[in-house]
Amino acid sequence: MLVDIQNLTIAFPTAHGLSQAVRGVSLSLGAEKLGIVGESGSGKSLTARALLRLLPPAARVTADRLRFDEIDILKASERDMRRIRGRRAGLILQDPKYALNPIMTAGQQIAEAWANHRRASRSEAREAAIDLLAQVQIRDPRRVAGLYPHEVSGGMGQRVMIAMMLAPDPELLIADEPTSALDATVQAEILRLMEDLVSRRGMGLILISHDLPLVSHFCDRVMVMYAGQVMETLQAGELPHATHPYTRGLLDCLPSLSTPKTRLPVMTRDPAWLS
Amino acid sequence: MIEIDNLVVRFGPIAAVKGVSFTVDEGASFGIVGESGSGKSTVLRALSGLNPNWTGGMRIAGQALTPKRSRDFHRRVQMVFQDPYGSLHPRQTVDRALSEPLLVHGMDDIDRRIRQGLAEVALPLSARFRYPHQLSGGQRQRVAIARALMCEPEVLLLDEPTSALDVSVQAEVLNLLADLQARRRLTYVMVSHNLAVIAHLCPMIGVMQQGEMVEMLTAEALRRGETSHPHTSDLRRLSEELG
Repeated sequence: MLVDIQNLTIAFPTAHGLSQAVRGVSLSLGAEKLGIVGESGSGKSLTARALLRLLPPAARVTADRLRFDEIDILKASERDMRRIRGRRAGLILQDPKYALNPIMTAGQQIAEAWANHRRASRSEAREAAIDLLAQVQIRDPRRVAGLYPHEVSGGMGQRVMIAMMLAPDPELLIADEPTSALDATVQAEILRLMEDLVSRRGMGLILISHDLPLVSHFCDRVMVMYAGQVMETLQAGELPHATHPYTRGLLDCLPSLSTPKTRLPVMTRDPAWLS
Repeated sequence: MIEIDNLVVRFGPIAAVKGVSFTVDEGASFGIVGESGSGKSTVLRALSGLNPNWTGGMRIAGQALTPKRSRDFHRRVQMVFQDPYGSLHPRQTVDRALSEPLLVHGMDDIDRRIRQGLAEVALPLSARFRYPHQLSGGQRQRVAIARALMCEPEVLLLDEPTSALDVSVQAEVLNLLADLQARRRLTYVMVSHNLAVIAHLCPMIGVMQQGEMVEMLTAEALRRGETSHPHTSDLRRLSEELG
C-alpha cells in the first residue's frame, strides 16, 4: 500500500475555537489513479498536502493512520520528510506562472531537481533535463531548456513542472488542479500525458480537481468530498450513475452542449450529508 | 445595439485581432469562444475602452466610438471580469465599491440604490459593510455584477465571468445573469473558453482563432454539430469528450 490514511482530521484555530477543515477522511492508494473532487473549501487539497506534511504551521492534524509506504508521516522527522518530498512523492501545482522559479531557466530547474537526489555532474544533469523535456513531449527540448518561465505558454510551463517532478523518479504524483489554469485543448493534452507517464512508470496518482467529468476520464477511482468529509468513492466508470445527492448536484449543475437546460439546477445542501 | 466592423487591435507590430465584425441586437447575448491568445478578450477590452489602439468601426446604439470615450459611455457600458478578487479593491468595503460608480456619475439616492443593488444580485444586506476577503468567490462575483449594474447600464461585457468559480456557484451566477437580462433588457457580450457555458447563455456565438473570427453560428447549430470551420469542430469535440 503506497498511501494509507485512516480517520484524518485537520483543524485550524480561529477566534471562535477550532475550525474543522477535514473531518475523518480515510483513503488508501496503490499504483493507481485516484481523483479527489469537491468544491473549494471541501478539504481536498489539505488532505493531499497532509500526506507530504505541507500544511500551514497553524494546522492541527490528527489521524489513526497517516502513512506513505509504511512511513508514519505523523512521527517522521523533518529529515525523513525531505526524503519523501520530491524524491518519492512529487507535487504538481495549479499555475506554472507561480510555481516555477522566475529567474531560472526551465532546464536549470529540472536539472536541479534531478541532481538534488543523485550524485552527478552538471553536464549529466543538463542532459537529463533535456531528456525529461523530451519525455513530456516538448518538440524542441534543447531550445525550451534555455527559456525562462515567462517565455513559455501555460501548457508548456505545466510540462516543465511535470518534467521537474518526474526527475527523481517518484512513486507517487500528487497533482493539485494541474490544468485549471489551462485551455480545454491543452488541458486534455496535459492530462493524457500525465496518465500515460503514470501508467508507464507504475506510479500512483492523486489528481485533485473541481471538475468531476474531467477527472472521471483520467482516473480509476473518484472520491467526492464535501465540507471536509468523503461523500462517496466510486469507480470512475460508474460516475454517470452516481446516486449521492451531492455528486448528482455537481453533475447536474453543469451546462451541457448536448442537452440544453433553460435554467440550471442549483445545489440544495442537506445538513444530513455531514454525519 | 452593438455593431463591430472590421476591428483590428495591435500590440506593437502584432495584430491580436485581425478584422473582426459582428452585431448584437438590443437585449440579445453574443458569445465569443476561443483558446487563450485567440484575441477574444482583446475584442472586449477594445469595445469597453480599455485599449485605445484599435482601428475599424465600433458603434453602440448607433453612435460611433472613438478611442477616447465620453463619461456617458462609461455609464452605459460596463464590464465584469474573470477574477472577482482581482477586480475588487481589497481595502474597500462592498458599500464603497458600489457607491463609487454612483459618485462618479453624480447619481442621487445612493443609499437606496445600494440596498436595491444588493437585493438584485441576491446578496444579504449584512454583506454591505464587509471587505472582499470576508466573502466567498461567488459572493464576490455577485458584488462585481452589482457594481456593474449600479449606474443602470445598457450593455454588459462579461469576460469569463464564471471560470474562477465552483460549478455549483457557476450555475447560480449564470442563472442570475439570465434573470437580470430578462428583467432589465440588457445586451450581453460574453467571452469564455467553455463552449457549454457560452451556448447556455448566448443564442449567437462567434468562434475566434489567432485573432480572426473563423465562424459565427447559432447555439442550436453548435449543439447539433452543424459547424463549418474545423477549429469549431475541434472545440466542440473536446467539449463533448470531456463534458
